Amino acid sequence: MSSAARKRLVTALLLAPAAVWLFLFLVLPFIAIVVFSLGERAPAGGYQPALTLAQYANLPARAAAFWNTLVLAPAGALACLLIAYPVAYYLALKVLPQRRLLLVALIIIPFWTSLLIRTYAWMYILGGRGIPAFLELVGLPDLRLINTPGAVLLGIVYGYLPLMILPIYISLERLDRRLLEASADLGATPFSTFFSVTLRLSLPGMMTGFSLVLILLLGEYLIPTLLGGGKVFFIGNALVDLFLQSRNWPFGSAIAVALVGIAVVLLLAANRITARLSGARQVDLL
Amino acid sequence: MMRAFVTAVYGFLYLPIGLVVLFSFNAGRHASDFTGFSVQWYGRALSNTFLMEALTNSLIVATTSAALASLCGTAAALGLGRAGPRTRAVFDALFGAAIVVPGVVIGIATLVALVQLFGIVNPALAALWPGDAPPRLSLGYGSIIAAHGLFSTALVTMIVRARLGALGRDMVEASSDLYASPFTTFRSIVLPQILPAILAGFLLAFTFSFDDFIVAFFVAGSQTTLPMYVFASIRRGVTPEINAIGALVLVASILLVITAQLLLRRRRPASA
Repeated sequence: MSSAARKRLVTALLLAPAAVWLFLFLVLPFIAIVVFSLGERAPAGGYQPALTLAQYANLPARAAAFWNTLVLAPAGALACLLIAYPVAYYLALKVLPQRRLLLVALIIIPFWTSLLIRTYAWMYILGGRGIPAFLELVGLPDLRLINTPGAVLLGIVYGYLPLMILPIYISLERLDRRLLEASADLGATPFSTFFSVTLRLSLPGMMTGFSLVLILLLGEYLIPTLLGGGKVFFIGNALVDLFLQSRNWPFGSAIAVALVGIAVVLLLAANRITARLSGARQVDLL
Repeated sequence: MMRAFVTAVYGFLYLPIGLVVLFSFNAGRHASDFTGFSVQWYGRALSNTFLMEALTNSLIVATTSAALASLCGTAAALGLGRAGPRTRAVFDALFGAAIVVPGVVIGIATLVALVQLFGIVNPALAALWPGDAPPRLSLGYGSIIAAHGLFSTALVTMIVRARLGALGRDMVEASSDLYASPFTTFRSIVLPQILPAILAGFLLAFTFSFDDFIVAFFVAGSQTTLPMYVFASIRRGVTPEINAIGALVLVASILLVITAQLLLRRRRPASA
């Protein structure tokens, strides 16, 4: 065997396990839900082969779930962005380098810590025996916090804030400080330096964070379930219902395909906006 | 002012975690009445056989999927370093999708595909099997491990590739100039340098799998993982027993993540 052929063989063997995994558990499942979404519900639940767009035509039946998700997910992502930016700015530009590592690690830790337990903590805090019980002591009775859209929004910000801070921090940390000095030397006020240099150069990080958080939020299930208490329904709740309870798999598949479609459109739009505004690509997380 | 804001954000991130730990030691049942220090809820949690079974399941699934992902992910990272641009673009797109696609979609798609696959494979196995009791494939450990392994393989590949990119080429070239075989160069030059990244990848993959609820919810079949058990208990009502197990889970994941960060920190400061 020639050395070039041998080299190619080794490369192929190294990639083979991951390729099999990606094919069996990503590509094939995705083809399966597209096929299912074109089928019909079997009388006893499940799937019956067909070739129809009826499931997609039926999407408005779950309009409430789409509406809630498409309002609360962008609102939550925007709230995350507004809170995350000052934190990322502070970490990247205002903190002494020797303290920075610890402070960044403290942002990474909650991101990898059970979202279920962290969301549950808020059930405890917002629930009848949490904050409302304390407020009653100071004379504010009958305040309802849990099972409201506000509680879901709070849970979203709490759960996804770290994921928004990290990419913005990375883009600000890589920023060439000399540009800021140059801007100041040329007579720009700190205010205009921030808007025309800092903000602009950190735009790729902001867009990465925003699109990542938004896409993950589109599929969120735990937060609306635990903090919305069945009153605030997301697409994720509709999917759990259709797959695990009412067993209408073709309709559920159509919703899942629609969700992925929305995510792809958002991602393309975010890329386009970033390219137009800053001429740079998005930041890779890591 | 900015400092006060940032401090408040850190408080916001850690206060709820602190409260779960604090109330896990509450002698009373409710947040509004802290009636004294007690470890009784830990005792209750540890003697709950359902909970311990779910914990065992989670440990099995997380260890297996993280180990498989570390092997596949490291091999893929090494392979992508040698592959052509077109192969790399395809893998980049698929790994990106594995990370970005929400868990609920991954769970559903895997469920749908596996149920169809079993529908074809099981009758075939039954027809071909020589004995009386042919094996039947079904949802369970295997399907959770496979679905978690997808995200985890993408994760390990990403982490190991970042480390490979920072690896000095000169050492590798010096090694081959001195007539070391490619395998020897790999074992004595490359592997020691990427080992911390592989270990960090393993720990983060373990943490992901151990904490995941939504993917397992769809593909677990009749198995129950720890997050599934906790979720079901929460829906039945908030109890201090959940605080105890929650505190243990939080502390375990925090320790794992800190270890992973320390492994990643050497020579590559301040980036996630």
